[in-house]
Amino acid sequence: MEIALTLLVGCFFTVSIYLLLSKYIIRVLLGVGILGNAVNLLIFTAGRLEREVPPIIPDGNMVPETVTANPLPQALILTAIVISFSFFAFLLVLAFRSYQDLKTDDTENMRFAEPADEPHPPLGY
Amino acid sequence: MAGAAGQEVDLTGVMVSANLTVSDYFIVAPVVIPILFGAILMMLRSKRNWQAPIAIAGFAIALFAEFGLLQQVIAEGPRTMTMGRWLPPFGISFTVDLTGALFAFTGGVVALAGAIYSWRDVTPTGRRYGFYPFFMLMMAGVSGAFLTGDIFNLYVWFEVLLISSFGLIVLGSEKPQLDGTMKYAFLNLVATTMFLVATGYLYGITGTLNMADIRDKVGQLDQAAPLMTIAILYLLAFSMKAAAFPLNFWLPASYHTPKIVVSAIFAGLLTKVGVYALLRVMLMLFAVPRDLLAEPIAWLAALTMLAGAFGALAQNDIRRVLGYVVITGIGTMLAGLSLATQTGVTGTIVYAIHSMLVMTALYMAAGVMSRLNGSFDMRQLGGLYAASPMLAAGFLVLAISVSGLPPTSGFWGKFILVKASLEMGAWWLAAAILIAGFLTTLAVFRIWIFAFWRGGPEGTRDGAEAWSIGEAEPDYVLHSSLAIGFFVAASLFIGFAPELLISTAGEAAHGLLHSQDYVNSVFGGR
Amino acid sequence: MNTVIFRAVAPYLTALMVVFSVFILLRGHNEPGGGFIGGLIAASAFAMYGISNGVAAVRRSLYFHPISIAGFGLLLAGLSGALSVFFHVPYLTGLWTKVAIGSVELDLSTPLFFDIGVYCVVVGAISAIALALEERQAD
Repeated sequence: MEIALTLLVGCFFTVSIYLLLSKYIIRVLLGVGILGNAVNLLIFTAGRLEREVPPIIPDGNMVPETVTANPLPQALILTAIVISFSFFAFLLVLAFRSYQDLKTDDTENMRFAEPADEPHPPLGY
Repeated sequence: MAGAAGQEVDLTGVMVSANLTVSDYFIVAPVVIPILFGAILMMLRSKRNWQAPIAIAGFAIALFAEFGLLQQVIAEGPRTMTMGRWLPPFGISFTVDLTGALFAFTGGVVALAGAIYSWRDVTPTGRRYGFYPFFMLMMAGVSGAFLTGDIFNLYVWFEVLLISSFGLIVLGSEKPQLDGTMKYAFLNLVATTMFLVATGYLYGITGTLNMADIRDKVGQLDQAAPLMTIAILYLLAFSMKAAAFPLNFWLPASYHTPKIVVSAIFAGLLTKVGVYALLRVMLMLFAVPRDLLAEPIAWLAALTMLAGAFGALAQNDIRRVLGYVVITGIGTMLAGLSLATQTGVTGTIVYAIHSMLVMTALYMAAGVMSRLNGSFDMRQLGGLYAASPMLAAGFLVLAISVSGLPPTSGFWGKFILVKASLEMGAWWLAAAILIAGFLTTLAVFRIWIFAFWRGGPEGTRDGAEAWSIGEAEPDYVLHSSLAIGFFVAASLFIGFAPELLISTAGEAAHGLLHSQDYVNSVFGGR
Repeated sequence: MNTVIFRAVAPYLTALMVVFSVFILLRGHNEPGGGFIGGLIAASAFAMYGISNGVAAVRRSLYFHPISIAGFGLLLAGLSGALSVFFHVPYLTGLWTKVAIGSVELDLSTPLFFDIGVYCVVVGAISAIALALEERQAD
C-alpha cells in the first residue's frame, strides 16, 4: 500500500513541478495547489498506513484497544491543509489583481519591478 | 481535568507538574504579546491615530520580555516550556537557548525601531489596510521561529511570518509591488513547502518532531537512513528563505518594491530567520551530514557573497543596491556555517546580529534620502550633505559598518570569520570574504559619494546652489533620527566594545555545537 | 443566480446555517466538530447571504467589520491560553471549572473559549475575503 501511495506522490510532484515551470501565472497557481496536496499525501504516507481503525480511545479505557491509525500525521496534514488553503486564496487574489492591473499573466512580460531597460549606475563622478 | 463520562483520569504520569512563576512566561511572551496586540489592533482598525502608539507600546513590552529572557538564559542556560503540560516530546515545546534568545532580542530591537520609524512614514491608507496588525503578527512569527523547540511548530511560525509578510509587501498595490510580490510569494511558498517535505521525511524516519528528541534519535539511526537527503532538503529550503546563491533572485526582485519601512524590517528580520533555521537544523540536528556537506556549503557561501557584491555594483536604484548587500551578508554568515568550528559559528552569530541592525538602518536611511530628494535613483540624488549633515554622518558610519571596516560592528563579525577560515586552512573562503567586503565598500560608498558628497544630481553644476532640497516634516525627522541614530550608536558601540557580544555569541555557538544542555532542558527539567 | 426563490430562501437558510455552526462549535470538544469547521460553515452562510442580498446587507447584519471579529477571536484565543499564568501552569493548559445554572451543571473550560476564538477568527477572516471578492465582482 505504501508503495502505491509513494508512486502517487511521485506523480503529484511531477505534475506540480511541470506546472510550476510554466511561464503563465495561472498554471503556476495550479502547480502550487497540486504541490500542497502532494506534500500532504507524502506526510500521510510517511506516518505509516493502518487501515480503518480511527485513533479513538473507547470510554473507560486508558489506551486504545487495538493498533490504530497514527493520528499525528493527520493533525500535521490538517494544519498544512489550512495553511496551504489560505496561501492559495491569497495567491489567487494576488494573481487576479495583478492580471487586472498589469494586463498580463505571462511572467516574461512582468517587468515592472525590474524594468528591462534600466540605466546603468553613474559611472563617473 | 474532567473525563468523558464524569470519571476522574489519573494523568500525573504524562503531564508536567511544574509550578511556574511569572518570569517563566518570558519564554512565550515574545510570541503571545505581539499576537494579543495584533488582535487588539485588528479590532481597533478604524482608530487610525491610536494604532502607532499601541504598536510601539506592544513592541516595547515584547522587547522587555525578550531582554528578561536573554538575562535568564545567560544566567541559567537553555529553558523550556511545554504547552498544555503534556510531557515532551508529545507536547509542543518552546525551548530557548542562547542563540534563540540573542536573535529574538535583536529582532525585538529591530521591530521597535521599525514601529517608531513608521509612525509618520505609513500613510492613513496603509494603516487602514492593516500595516500594524500585519507587522505585529509577523513579529509573532519571527519570535516564534527563534524560540520554538519543535520542528513542525517552526514550520507553522514560518508560515505565520510569511503570510503576514505577504500582507505587508503588497500594501499599496502599485504595479511594481504586485510584480515583486508575485515573485516573493511564489518562491517563498515553494521554499516552505520544501521545508514541509523534509519535515515529513524526518518524521517518517525518527517518529518525532521535538528537536531535542530528533537530535538524540538521529544519532541512533542505522547507516541506511536517508539522512543526507533530508539534510539537503532542509539546506535547500532554508537557503531559499535566506536568499543564498543560486536561490537569491526573489530578493532583489521584490525588496525594493514595498514601502521603505517594510523593506527595512524585512531586510533586518526575514532572511535572518532563514539563517537561524540553518544554524539550528544543520548544526544541532544534522551534525554528521553537515560535515560531509561542508565543502559545498563553503562554495555556496563564497558564491553568495560574490554574487551579492557584483549585483550591488551593477544597480542604479539604491534600494536594489541594498538588496544585493543583504545577500552578501547572508553569504558571509554561511561561511561560518560551513566551517562549523567554535570560532566560525561565533562569527556567524556576531555577523547576523550586526546585519540585523545595520541593514534595517540602511534601508531607513534610504527612505529619508528619498524623502529629502524625491528619488531612489542614484542619478537623481545629490547635495544631501547640505540638507542633513547628521544623516550624511550616520550613513557614513553604516556604510563603513556594512563593508566590515573598523571601528564598527561589521568589522568584528568579518574578523572572526576570516580568522576561523584561516584556522581551518580555507584561505580561499577568507579571500572571498575580503574581496566581497572590498566590492561592498565600493558599492555603498558610491551611494554616499553621489547622494551626499556631490552638490546636486546629474546634470546640475557641481556645487550648484540652484539645486534645492525638499523639507521633511519635523515629526518624521524626529522619528527617523531616533531609529537610525540608535542603530548607528549600536554599531559604533559594538565596534568599540565587542567583548560582551563576542563572548555571549561564543557561548551561543558552543550551545549549538554541543547541544546536550538543550536536550537536558527539554527532558531533564520535569 | 439571483432568482426570487433564492432571495426568499437565503435569509432563512443563512440563519439555520449559523445556528448549526454554533452547534458544531459546541459539540467539538469530544466529538467531531470544533471552532474551525463551525467557523467555515458560518462564513459560507454569510457568503451565501452576500450572493443573494448583496454585500451591504451582510455588512449591516454582521454589524462589526469582519476583520474586527477576527481580531476579537484572536484576542480571546490568546487570552484563554494566558489564563494559565494565574494557575502557575504552562501556557495553553486546559483549565476546567463547573458552573451550576439552576439544576444544570455546566463544564466550562479554557479550550472552549479557545475554540470560540478560533470560530471568530475563521468567520472574520473568511467572510472578509469572500465579501471583498463579491464586492469586486459587482463592479
